[in-house]
Amino acid sequence: MKVTVNGEDTVIEKEQLTVTELLKFMKVDMPDMVSVELNGSFLERNNFETTKVKDQDSLEFLYFMGGGSKLG
Amino acid sequence: MNLSEEQIERYSRHILLQDVGVEGQMKLLNAKVLIIGAGGLGAPAAMYLAAAGIGTIGIADKDKVDITNLQRQIIHFTKDINVSKVESAKEKMNLINPDVKVVTYNEFLMANNIREIIRGWDFIIDGTDSFASKFLINDACVLENIPFSHGGILRFDGQTMTIKPKESACYRCVFIKPPPADVVPTCSQAGVLGAIAGMLGTIQAAEALKFVTGVGTPLYNKLLSFDAKTMRFREVNFKKNKKCGVCSENAVITELKDEEQVACDLPAGN
Repeated sequence: MKVTVNGEDTVIEKEQLTVTELLKFMKVDMPDMVSVELNGSFLERNNFETTKVKDQDSLEFLYFMGGGSKLG
Repeated sequence: MNLSEEQIERYSRHILLQDVGVEGQMKLLNAKVLIIGAGGLGAPAAMYLAAAGIGTIGIADKDKVDITNLQRQIIHFTKDINVSKVESAKEKMNLINPDVKVVTYNEFLMANNIREIIRGWDFIIDGTDSFASKFLINDACVLENIPFSHGGILRFDGQTMTIKPKESACYRCVFIKPPPADVVPTCSQAGVLGAIAGMLGTIQAAEALKFVTGVGTPLYNKLLSFDAKTMRFREVNFKKNKKCGVCSENAVITELKDEEQVACDLPAGN
């Protein structure tokens, strides 16, 4: 199947997989530090394992970034 | 109030801009912008906002300047080590531009004081480093209906979005809830390239200036991110999250509470 991840076409030799599996496939080493948007909707992290990714889906991986100064 | 001759000279490069002009400069001089965090992001933001003639700048931070800050927090100098960050920042802002009135908050912003502190400011810059702070600032700004700029940096990467509560997607729309505490400490050794803080903090300052003058289109409903290794910038567009815990019709957060501190922090400072 072909999905779009962060704007880039990605071919995966499977018919279906979960968001958790896709994060692993894309070598995201800290999946807890990512927010995932699937076809325009943001997913709860608790649902990564049960949410299926299908052919032609579009995903964005948005990373948590801190930086700056300690709490004001 | 009219601009003095000295002000016309000082702000001449703004006044020359058709979109800004004298009218825009007057808006800047009458504006109140609060910067939360006088660190990597707050430092460049504070310097550009002071130079731009933002009439009242608030700066909130509880820390003192540490030698490990100086690699990127350019508002603090070597002589300022052990001085409170807000006093150090105030001194530099006043040296850059005596027109600016600086209000300092040498305290932690927590659930019990943040709403009172942010009330009355026109725009807020989030220059904090912990996810608990970022969610607290987001929720407080939504509840108080104050627009703000989110900024984050890590290693060679930066990200920012501008939020107009109720109208555009908020930080919680996108990130939903802080990451679990036990996974975050691994970024305590992550580090950050100093100039990344300058790039991101400067974008945040530009967003504040755009908001105040009404020029251009703020980063609403989009996250701008960049990777300085390749210098590729990318925008991800989105809409408000209908299930957002604070800004949607189904919001469950109506009061603030302190979350466990999960800082993406360096061991010796921030």
